[in-house]
Amino acid sequence: MTDVVSPRLSSEGAGAILLDAAGPVFSDDIQSRIWAVAARMLKVDGVAETVPGMNNLMIVFDPLAIPPGEVEQQLLHIWQTVVPDAVAGRDVDIPVVYGGPDGEDLAALADHAGLTVEEVVRRHSQAVYSVAAVGAMPGFVYLSGLDPALAMPRRAVPRMKVEIGSVIIGGAQAGIMPCTAPSGWHIIGKTKVPLFDSLRDPPSACKPGDRIRFRVIEVQA
Amino acid sequence: MIEILSTGAVNSVQDLGRTGYLDAGVGRSGMMDAPALEIANLLVGNDKGAAGIEVALFPFRLRFEADTVFAVAGADCPAKLDDRQVPGWWAMTAKAGEVLTLGLPRSGARAVIAFQGGIDVPLVLGSRSTDLKSVFGGFEGRGLNRGDRLSLAETSRRVLRMEGGYGADVSALRGPAAAKDEAIVLRVLPSAEYAVFTGEARSKFHETDWLITNDANRMGYRLSGPDLALTRKLELFSHGIMPGTVQVPPNGQPIIQLAEANTCGGYPKIANVIEADLWRLAQAPVGARLRFEATTRDTAIEVLQQQRTFMAELAAAAALMRGWN
Repeated sequence: MTDVVSPRLSSEGAGAILLDAAGPVFSDDIQSRIWAVAARMLKVDGVAETVPGMNNLMIVFDPLAIPPGEVEQQLLHIWQTVVPDAVAGRDVDIPVVYGGPDGEDLAALADHAGLTVEEVVRRHSQAVYSVAAVGAMPGFVYLSGLDPALAMPRRAVPRMKVEIGSVIIGGAQAGIMPCTAPSGWHIIGKTKVPLFDSLRDPPSACKPGDRIRFRVIEVQA
Repeated sequence: MIEILSTGAVNSVQDLGRTGYLDAGVGRSGMMDAPALEIANLLVGNDKGAAGIEVALFPFRLRFEADTVFAVAGADCPAKLDDRQVPGWWAMTAKAGEVLTLGLPRSGARAVIAFQGGIDVPLVLGSRSTDLKSVFGGFEGRGLNRGDRLSLAETSRRVLRMEGGYGADVSALRGPAAAKDEAIVLRVLPSAEYAVFTGEARSKFHETDWLITNDANRMGYRLSGPDLALTRKLELFSHGIMPGTVQVPPNGQPIIQLAEANTCGGYPKIANVIEADLWRLAQAPVGARLRFEATTRDTAIEVLQQQRTFMAELAAAAALMRGWN
């Protein structure tokens, strides 16, 4: 990447700064830069945490230890100069039972896409996804890399309860439920891979930059 | 050991919160009125971050099974140790068998109880706070129930021998409580989408006395007032949010994120309540009114510095008091 996008900075209180580099569509290049900047910013004295989002990054710091203006300066400098590390992540394999009672929206998603169920499964399981960010709920992975043909707007009314391990699609994003919680995303299958365990450190099975592949165990009617 | 005699399930074990795991989706949690916990801990001779109990549902009663130094802080609520009055912001010794009762607050919403030694629950991801939403940390990952028995950590501190105990004057830090019909003033900094709201929406945001609806808990408060409109439709990617972030979902009614906020969100953000004023939100009950007053970063930092200085001075004074008895 020769031209580096100029990010927008804003504050979330005195002790957090949000860097937003998002354009109209999600960019993998920008996201690589986000991860690299996050790692570098964590080494700055007074910076407590970094929270990579989708083409954006929040820096949390103690404003009595480092003035916000200095965080902004360093952030912009690192943003311009950092060299993203292309091979930072690990490969994570997620075995999935598609369809059936634990993948109740698979047929509807195939209808929406104008594809057969088999074709949906093939496309979903052949893509290599990248963990863009972990957040919202503990261990929830925002995955980029979904085949655009499989994108489907979220449900108008979210389900109050989507089971842990549900393999889901919401808009152009793919995900996996790390715990049982409400969600408006479509459920196409289920995995037994645990994604979050508060008794482990780190507690989340996946980190930003990891690559995820869904592997077909079975496709149920 | 203490035994819970009456409680509601929203009352929970909290310390100053969990840090370092936002990027795993794990939120802060922690005492909503963090300065109150710090002060109560310092009074009983603890480190400021020892775990205590947050009481948001009253009446709350517990029995001490051994002589224990404790302090009640935060909301101004009628408190009794058996028949003795318990002043707020005051360290005193309970004798084994005595029952502490906290009644409905006269002002404020959340009381904090600190115990010498601190509540001894396991550290989970570096904190003893209960994450009620995600069901881990604190006491078995849940709010307190009647009959729960909580251990206090061993401490080398001596039992307070000063008859009647001692307390802290917090008026310089917290000011007078807002009168019942007065809005609670919160200082805010503009956040990312502030300028995308219409001029009218921005004026209304600052001029309205916003009502805290029933939909208010440790995750956040939903407010009710005039609709706040954007000049154009925004579709934001998910991004980090903080306790104090004021979001405006498509219905135009603001939500303030609090201790158990999700780590990421996608709604437009109009402002952030400054860190030093978050305790005021903790003490704002359902039905109270809030006013958002624009401030500057410099002021936000200055007020935070004043809080830290107050805590440092109190820590020194509390150490002296302990030396005397």
